[in-house]
This record gives sequence, structure tokens and C-alpha cells, in this order.
Amino acid sequence: MAEELRIVALNGCLGYGFDPRSLALGAQAAPHMYGGDAGSTDAGPYYLGSGTSMVRREQIRRDLSLALAQARASGVPLVIGSAGIAGGEPNLQLVREIVLECAREQQLHFKLATIHAEIDASVVMDALRSGGIESMPGVPALNERDVLDSVRIVGQMGTEPFADALAAGADVVLAGRACDTAIYAALPIARGFDPALALHLAKIMECGAQCAIPQGTNDCLLGVLRSDHFLVRPLAPQRVCTAESVAAHTMYEQGDPLWLHEPEGRVDMRDAQFEQVDAHTVRVRGSRFIPTPQLMIKLEGARRSGYRAFTLAGVRDSGVIANLDVIEATVRRAVRDNMPANVREDDYQLGFRFYGRDAVLGEREPMRRSLPHEVGLLIEVVASTQALASHVLSLARSSALHCPFPGRKTTAGNLAFPFSPSDVAAGEVFEFSVYHLMRTLDQRKLFPIDMERI
Amino acid sequence: MVATLHQLASVLRSKNAGPFQITIDLIFPDAQTYRRVLQSGVLDAGAVAELYRVDARQVSIIGFDRVSAIKVTIPRNFGMRGSGSAFDRDVYGAQQHGPLAALVA
Repeated sequence: MAEELRIVALNGCLGYGFDPRSLALGAQAAPHMYGGDAGSTDAGPYYLGSGTSMVRREQIRRDLSLALAQARASGVPLVIGSAGIAGGEPNLQLVREIVLECAREQQLHFKLATIHAEIDASVVMDALRSGGIESMPGVPALNERDVLDSVRIVGQMGTEPFADALAAGADVVLAGRACDTAIYAALPIARGFDPALALHLAKIMECGAQCAIPQGTNDCLLGVLRSDHFLVRPLAPQRVCTAESVAAHTMYEQGDPLWLHEPEGRVDMRDAQFEQVDAHTVRVRGSRFIPTPQLMIKLEGARRSGYRAFTLAGVRDSGVIANLDVIEATVRRAVRDNMPANVREDDYQLGFRFYGRDAVLGEREPMRRSLPHEVGLLIEVVASTQALASHVLSLARSSALHCPFPGRKTTAGNLAFPFSPSDVAAGEVFEFSVYHLMRTLDQRKLFPIDMERI
Repeated sequence: MVATLHQLASVLRSKNAGPFQITIDLIFPDAQTYRRVLQSGVLDAGAVAELYRVDARQVSIIGFDRVSAIKVTIPRNFGMRGSGSAFDRDVYGAQQHGPLAALVA
């Protein structure tokens, strides 16, 4: 085992950008790999369901182009995980095409490993029937309908497929859906470093310089892993890591601040120590690894729940604002009464959101009874077809504009529309049909690797 | 003197912890403020459950002494089925801390 292993994280999400000067400073540290996390479930199930990327192709190309050039110049691997946000096959192929374009433009030649992450529904069904599926906290138990309705299911791969691709000599590893930590922890674990430190470091690196002050999800971070500790340092000179900022980042976007749960096992961070080394750098030690007796792979599946149409309007009349609930009930009735007989009530759903009153928290809003002077009204319809969603919305919108209520003075109209046309047909709506753990014997079989020479 | 958690915390943020949970971080500027809030009992599973209309058994409240922080994790009970589903209110879960902000300790 080498004395230390150095890794440069490009940023917190491929396509969010980074300062090229930060990357150049990273290269001066002679890293053993460059990494980038390209995905997340944060933005919802749409990108998995539709197979599209939230980040624009041009954004991905900008970041990849610089990163590929630098990684090839340094002669070390570039590892990208969760390609195209959702890491499904269309998402992965989009990013692979961009890699090929960048390679052609810059006349780069390398060994590319593409790791697939889509899981066939039959594999999930077999696991479900044999009792091999567990629910994540707060998630309904999985049933066969959920699996069959899913348009796409991916698994979050752990470190092994990445390690295999690197061992096979890949210069660039492009993976579908992956655990954020696997992107950065695979190489050090394969080279014999402590998995606890490798995974803890990876958990910090997957967000780029977000652990720094000022925060930089769109900037580079250097990680230096040694036998009994690791260092993190932002590469832009105007940013610093402090013991507090790094420790606080450890608890970011996960339910438990003291434990990391990964397919390979758990990292106990209760005794982790965070120490300032110099103005920019923090040393971390003391996390412990507890291997799992049973490998569990997290599955994510999306199904289409309908099509959306919506409209936005402002309200600036105290009488209308005091009667929003009356208006909502009246509009719902008007829509129901004016739908053709062949449309069933469960073919569509209508929702009202009152921004300025309780749109963000709904019934949990403690201030919802104190009425503001202005309210933003969002009317949303989700229906079995786009045509029906737009039809229901059109009825709801005209009913709301002219809706009577006790004491109404606004007899020319209740709403201020900012746009003509006012209604937006917003397309498909997806939901997470699967968000469960699957007992797995060998993750190498789930996540096949294609090697090619570019 | 009593103060709201919004006044006492230096970081008060919420975020999805996966598509089916919301996690709220309250990071305090010093250990003394952190202890004061913990010992006040204002953050207990029953009170949080009532504010957010969730089952108290599904509320987790964990202190993180190292950074004087308290993490409150609750089920995501809005939207048809998790983040980004039909009639969601907050896809990233980034604005769900308000009810805790108004509590006093």
C-alpha cells in the first residue's frame, strides 16, 4: 500500500461547473484519480422515469471536456458515477455520447469502462417473491404491481464494479446509478486503505467543495487519504475547510448524523475527530467500519402516474383572499358538474396551492390563519392523459376567475394572470414506485461492465 | 430570556434524506446554546410529531455534540408518493423547517 492516495473531486454534480484554475491546482497535487458524481434522486423521479437529464447536455459537456483533458494529461483515471442524474440506460448513454464527442474533439485515446445499472424487473420480482426485499424508512412495502408498473428500475452499485473496471485498466469509468461514496471509495479500498476512512472521505468528496466556506458545490476538493486519517482541502484559494464545516457536512442530507450506511457495511462516525491542520485543510480520523453480513443494494424505480397541466395567478383582493377555501370548493364542484359523462372522477386530480398562505406546508402551516395582502394561486391537474389534464385545468381556471362567493366585490375577475396563454401543459408525472433494498449475493452480476478502446 | 430556535440556531435547514424522509438540521453557534435547546425539552418526538402531523414513533431526534447540532428526521407526508410525485409541495424538501423555527427555548 502506498503511503497516501490523493483524489480530486470536480464538483458536487457533473454539469454544475467548476473553476478551471481549481482543477489545475488539483493537478499540481499529482492526484491518483479524478472523480465526479453526476446524479441524485433529489430532483425527483422524473429523470429516471423519462430517461432524460436535469442538467443540460451543454453543461455536462463543458465539465467533462475539461476533466477528460486533465485526467488524460495526468495519466490517471477519471471516475464518473450516476451518469445523467438518474443513472438509467438512456441517462448513461447520453453521457457516454458526450464522452465520445469530447474525445474526438481533443483527439484523446483511452480505455473506457461503461457500467450499467438498470435492473430487470424479473430480478426484482424474484427477490420480492423470495422475501429478499426490505423497505427503507417511511416507504410503503413493495408489491408486485409497483414492480410491474415501473418504467425503469436502477440499482445503486457499490464499490466492487468500479474496482473491477479500474483493475481492468479503465482510464475513464462511466457508471450508471451508483452510491455517491462508491465513486470515490472504490480505488482506495482496492488499494488496501481503511474502508471506514475511504467511505467517510468519499461521503465528503461527493459534494465537491460544498463542505468548504464559502460553500462550493460548483468547485473542486482535494482529498488525501493515509493509513490512519485523511485530509480535505478546497482547491480554490478563496475557500477554506474548517473542522466545523467538514464535521457539519458529515451530517448533510442523511437521516443519521453519526452513521453512514453503504452496501459494503456501516461506518461508525461517533468517534470521528475533525482537526484544523492549516488555514485551508482539515484532518479527519477515528471512523470505524463494520462490514455487513448481507450485501443489500438500494433499488430506485419510477412509474408514470399521469400528465400535468397547471396555471399560476395572483390575488390582490382581501375579500378573495378571505374566501380562498370557499372558492376552491366551488371550483371543484363546477369542474365535476361540467365534465363529460365518460370521464370518471378518478381519471383526474385537482390541486390548489395558495402561495403566501400555506402552499409550502399545507395543513402543517402554523400561520395559515393570518391572511396576507397578496396570494399566488397555483392550480394543478394530474390526469390520465395530457388532453384531459388540460381540459380539467381550463374549466378550473375559468371557474376560479369568475367564481362567486359571499360579499364578492371583484365581479370582473378574481385573478391576475401573468401570462397569455395562462395554462401550461407540463407533460408526464412520475413517482418513485420502488425505493427499497434488495438482498444480493454478487453485485458484479447486477452491474455489467463494457470495456472499449476510444 | 427565551428565544426562537430560528434566533438560536446559526444553521437551520431541511432537505430530503432520500425521497421519503425529510431531515432538519439545527446547528448552534456554541455548545452552551446547543445544551440549552437539548435540555429545554422543546424538541421531543411527541411535539415534533404534532407539528408535522406524523407518527411520533417515526420521528428521530439525534444530537451531534461535535458540531453542536441536532438532527430531526421525519417521514415525508406530502405529495402522493415521495419527492417529485403528483401534488408534492417541496421537491428538495428545502423549506420544511419553518414549524421548528418558531419553537422557543
